[in-house]
Amino acid sequence: MSIDMSQFHQVFFEECFEGLEAMESGLLTLDMGDIDSEIINTIFRGAHSIKGGSGTFGFTVVAEYTHIMETLLDEMRDGRRKVTQPAVDVLLGSVDCLREMLTAIQNERNVNNASVAKHKKALEVVLNGGSMAEEPALPVEQEFASEEDSVNVAPDIVEEESVELGEQGWKIAFCPYLDLLKTGNDPVRLFRELNELGELTTTVNIQDVPGFYELDPEECNISWDLKVVGDISGDEIREIFNWVEGDCEMEIQPLAKAVKLPPVVKKIDPEPAAVIIPDNPAPKSVEVKPKVAETKKSESQDSDNEAAKTTAKASSIRVDTDKIDTLINMVGEVVITQSMLGLVGENFSMDKVGQLKRGLAQLERHTRDLQQSVMNIRMLPISFVFSRFPRLVHDISSKLDKKIVLKLVGENTEVDKAVVELINDPLVHLIRNSLDHGIEMPADRVAAGKPETGTIELKAYHRGGHIVIEIIDDGRGLDKDKLLSKAIEKGLVEENNLLTEKQIFELIFMPGFSTAEQLTDISGRGVGMDVVRRNIQSLGGNIEIISELGKGTTIAIHLPLTLAILDGQSVAVGDETYIVPLVSIIESINITERMLNKVAGKGETFRLRNEYLPVIRMRGIFNVHSGNPTKSKEGVLVVVEGQGELCCLLVDELLGQQQVVIKSLEANYRRVEGVSGATILGDGSVALILDVPGLVRFSIR
Amino acid sequence: MTTDVQSNNSRVEQFLTFQLAGEAYGVEILKVQEIRGWEAVRVIPNTPAFVKGVLNLRGSVVPIIDLRERFSLEHFDYSPKTVVIVLCVEHGANQFVMGIVADAVSDVLDINLEDIKKAPNFGSKIDTRYMRGMHVYKKKMIMLLDVDKLLNPDEVEGIESLV
Repeated sequence: MSIDMSQFHQVFFEECFEGLEAMESGLLTLDMGDIDSEIINTIFRGAHSIKGGSGTFGFTVVAEYTHIMETLLDEMRDGRRKVTQPAVDVLLGSVDCLREMLTAIQNERNVNNASVAKHKKALEVVLNGGSMAEEPALPVEQEFASEEDSVNVAPDIVEEESVELGEQGWKIAFCPYLDLLKTGNDPVRLFRELNELGELTTTVNIQDVPGFYELDPEECNISWDLKVVGDISGDEIREIFNWVEGDCEMEIQPLAKAVKLPPVVKKIDPEPAAVIIPDNPAPKSVEVKPKVAETKKSESQDSDNEAAKTTAKASSIRVDTDKIDTLINMVGEVVITQSMLGLVGENFSMDKVGQLKRGLAQLERHTRDLQQSVMNIRMLPISFVFSRFPRLVHDISSKLDKKIVLKLVGENTEVDKAVVELINDPLVHLIRNSLDHGIEMPADRVAAGKPETGTIELKAYHRGGHIVIEIIDDGRGLDKDKLLSKAIEKGLVEENNLLTEKQIFELIFMPGFSTAEQLTDISGRGVGMDVVRRNIQSLGGNIEIISELGKGTTIAIHLPLTLAILDGQSVAVGDETYIVPLVSIIESINITERMLNKVAGKGETFRLRNEYLPVIRMRGIFNVHSGNPTKSKEGVLVVVEGQGELCCLLVDELLGQQQVVIKSLEANYRRVEGVSGATILGDGSVALILDVPGLVRFSIR
Repeated sequence: MTTDVQSNNSRVEQFLTFQLAGEAYGVEILKVQEIRGWEAVRVIPNTPAFVKGVLNLRGSVVPIIDLRERFSLEHFDYSPKTVVIVLCVEHGANQFVMGIVADAVSDVLDINLEDIKKAPNFGSKIDTRYMRGMHVYKKKMIMLLDVDKLLNPDEVEGIESLV
């Protein structure tokens, strides 16, 4: 009997990605000085279950890869190995690599073997770091073995690998004199430095090595052909070889054309210096090497298509167990109430009316609670998005040599799942911007009298019927004059136009606008901000910049509540019920007609503590004629704030406060002025939610 | 005119017919999501009179349109027989759910597409854009409505100018 394993794949991938996330956050919280074994355990467990799962499903590439990680982590866990920053960096790189592999498998694409092999090598180097001398030939052999392995899995990758040889770089023929080692020079060190400049390939020439009996272990009998790929100046290479200048013969040539080097790897005699094929123990995982970039290009198109495909697939949601427990509790309550009512109904007599009423009231309450908690399931804390950013900040700040701490505030603000998914990319972009352009280099910060470490604060909260996400940095701020002159230079603005501060900041959202003097691979190409704004607008939100030169920048994203739950105050106007978002209510006052002042015969104002506020009669503005008209003589003034302006809404009565789930009117109808959405009340009827800023605008008009 | 269902099924469509001020109208049955009795709706402020309001249809907020008022027919008080036909309207790539108020639902008819007559041209005075055509059944005229055009959200908004 065969079971179709593919039905479990989705779950497996989800679990893997979750495990990877746990590993990532664990790795980031690891504190070098004081290692918490529990964190290492968590990381280890993540790796272990990925390994187990991928083995079960036959994804051997993943299993093998994770095995190496696991071995390394196991040693760390037992304390056999010290946890070092380079090792953690390699592990983080591996997490990325695993994620790539899994995504590739999930979308039935080929795994990018080149990058897998690279990460694998890095891992193995760390793993063998301590014991290299004992089993010296291993890294080389394994590297090639692993490449062969992966080729078996996806044969069409081979071509890509030969393409990448056409890169710029240097070819070095290095032939040390016999006494190189005696002068205290170690070729390994040279190679390590070379590898830091770019990707190093070494070919060993051992023709001159004498037989075992003639061998003098203190003599260097080997020569090397080295190839460094990367954008490196000749001086940098010569600098490395400065120390051995008199002790060797060497020739440095630029790699002009694609030269395919035969992978000459020979079993080497056990001569220590010759054997260790050096490799930087911690290749910077962030560095975008041209090689990776090239292979990725073709793939990113692939993955674009894939992305479109995957979105069509059924999405799933992870729900906090607490929420589910509440739900189960509530369902239990409903069942109990139902059976109680059943009992009452079975032998019904009039004296049981009280019992019946109590039961019905209970049922009503439970059902409403149930409804609410079911709706709550869709809401996820924004930490789902935020949790990815410590890694981003960690990687980029170390790459830029900046000192930056990321503060997360309001991670538990609940956001609809759809928003969580869509807000990620714009946020990544904005944070990259802050990291790259906002925060200055430590030296500049000190010179400006600021703490050396820059701070980026990521803040989420509910306000004014919106979810607000703020990215606050204490960096250099936006330079208004520079922005303006740049805009004029690019012809985006007429020279003599007077722009307000806000309008000037808005300029950075124009397509093709960039003030960065230098393009980096992190940001500054001027294609970003307009896309960010478009994305946010497509979510129905808006984006706002507040900046002060030298002090910092705050970017605030307002997202509408179309998808979120809102605390509302229900008010009665005639027979109609409206919901006023609780956040926008300042206070409510019982008034009579006489307390209102007519202005110029038409408008009405109300004097509240020496301030005259415009009054909006909801009956008038919404054309409500029902209900008791004498009610209009007295009523309740609800003082609301919208977009910084105060105004009063005159309603008949305050009803009650409740949490409501926003339903879009636009989904089936269209936008209605003064109404931001609709909701369904406990009795199943529809109530409209007032758009307070819209009403305030209306009252000013 | 024959009422027999032709063997060629692809040319036959089913239509739901309903009564409105004594006239028969029809809509494609595939557009009909459900039929329900009239119940009170929540009025939306500042909308044309024929938009009666919105209804909670199992969690989605659905606008209800009174076709009598939409077609400028005399108003009729809602009775227990009054029905709301909930329709699924396509507009561009979007789908909208809307309800129309009708006096009563009559029948489901199989109509051969060849038997649908083009709506006559009444000149500029009478708008026939929302008509898919006419069909004669048992010597009675049935006006077949094009739901997508009739309930196009843009049309629903700017309809006042047409009446």
